Amino acid sequence: MEAATVRAAAPPAWRANLATIAALMARAKNELIRVPGAAIPGVLAPTIFFLGLNGVFGALTQLQGFETGSYESFIVPVSMLQGAGFTGAAAGVNLARDYEQGWVDRLLVSPAPRWVLLAGTVLAASLRSLVPATFVLGIAFAIGAQWPGLDGLIICYLMVAVTAAAAACWGSMLALRFKSQSAAPLMQAGMMALILLTPAYAPLALLQPWLEKVAEINPLTNVLEAARQGFVGGVTWADTWPGLLALAGLLAVLGALALREMRRTNV
Amino acid sequence: MSDLATTARVVRALGARSIRQTFRRPQLISPIVVFPTLLLAVQTGGAGAGVELPGFPPVQSFLQFMLAGAMMQSMMLAGNSGGIAFAVDIEMGFTDRLFAAPIPRFAIVLGRLAGTAALGLFAAIWFFAIGIVFGAEIEGGVPGMLLATALVTASALAVGGIGAAIALRTGSASVVQGLFPLVLVVLFLSSAFFPQELMIEPAKTIAEYNPLSFIVEGVREPIISGIDATQTLEAVAAILGIVVLGLVLSARALRHRLRVG
Repeated sequence: MEAATVRAAAPPAWRANLATIAALMARAKNELIRVPGAAIPGVLAPTIFFLGLNGVFGALTQLQGFETGSYESFIVPVSMLQGAGFTGAAAGVNLARDYEQGWVDRLLVSPAPRWVLLAGTVLAASLRSLVPATFVLGIAFAIGAQWPGLDGLIICYLMVAVTAAAAACWGSMLALRFKSQSAAPLMQAGMMALILLTPAYAPLALLQPWLEKVAEINPLTNVLEAARQGFVGGVTWADTWPGLLALAGLLAVLGALALREMRRTNV
Repeated sequence: MSDLATTARVVRALGARSIRQTFRRPQLISPIVVFPTLLLAVQTGGAGAGVELPGFPPVQSFLQFMLAGAMMQSMMLAGNSGGIAFAVDIEMGFTDRLFAAPIPRFAIVLGRLAGTAALGLFAAIWFFAIGIVFGAEIEGGVPGMLLATALVTASALAVGGIGAAIALRTGSASVVQGLFPLVLVVLFLSSAFFPQELMIEPAKTIAEYNPLSFIVEGVREPIISGIDATQTLEAVAAILGIVVLGLVLSARALRHRLRVG
């Protein structure tokens, strides 16, 4: 009778899972509020890249074949995605630190499923990525970037948030494999390479042949083109769906790999 | 053994230790090798069409133009990494043990700087190797390569002096690490990645007066056209200026560190 009462009082599994994810996200948010300095590099680095690249390579718009006369409009989605990449990598570094300090061990002995633990980390990174993206976008508008339209802006933010989730899966996978913050450069360099080996600096047709070939097979190219479309022209479904598909694929693959590492990790 | 020989031995031992330390820690070596190499590849492939812009100096390829910029980036980050490692030594008490040893205090800083200079030398050789493998011609030939390598090594020593001064003053690795974005700012506001005449204002004007631009041009000239006495002298003067600044700051910071312990 007593056992039946306890069973009846227990919340359904989906609600407990949601509560765990919310708690993990709240922990990440608390970290952001309590240690604001920790978020500064993630915000500063893409901003410096944005202003620096704009100042250095701005004259490239004079080249024939450049689709816009405003380099700041062309480059701002790259910097927003870079911010997402850095934020995702930072989630991996934080997970590695949590492992080193024993916090992950405590999570692993809890009754929460592994995918719930991963989802908390990934969704928190996804939300955090909106901070550097908004900061860079504000600077871009201040120096004359084109308004992408509401639809262009929503698509751009969606691409940023999901890219951060994919980057967090990548970072988490490495964190759980190496179990050390020393893997941080690998987390950062991997995402940086994926984001920059695209038509980041110039349109596909103006890239060097080797980079053009790499960019054509890099899934992030579709993501960048989708995020950029509103800034350099109109928003179309034809430019949007390849980005969505690429991100869904990346998230599925990297999510599965991160989950596999999470399941392999023992206390 | 004379005092000078003893000091040289200490400097050599500490320099070798700092090089080993850098190569053993991925977080120290990757900013010096991985990131500049990645950026060199991406910028060469992405902005290579820039050589067709009117006003771009005559070059064999954009890779040839960019080699000096990559060396500068690597050298600046070597200075920053050296500062971080020095600050870690202070945090862990290793420097205190050195201060208690019967060796000159300046040898402790010089040892760290020798290591940073060696990393600058490594960066120059690394990027020359990459450039040659991927078809960049070195117009100044072997003398040009030697001159550029010497300038990169000397500037690593100079920038390392500033990193060491900040490490000594703050004693905090995270503070020195926090200077990483500043390194990027200084780089972007110089002619490291694009000709100064083709940059956009205000970066263009700042780059004109940025000492790093003088060093970059001194390193680039032997690569893209041949040795030029004026640009070499300007680069040497800029390096000397940074060396003097680094020495003054390091001396003051060392006094401060010895006072506060």
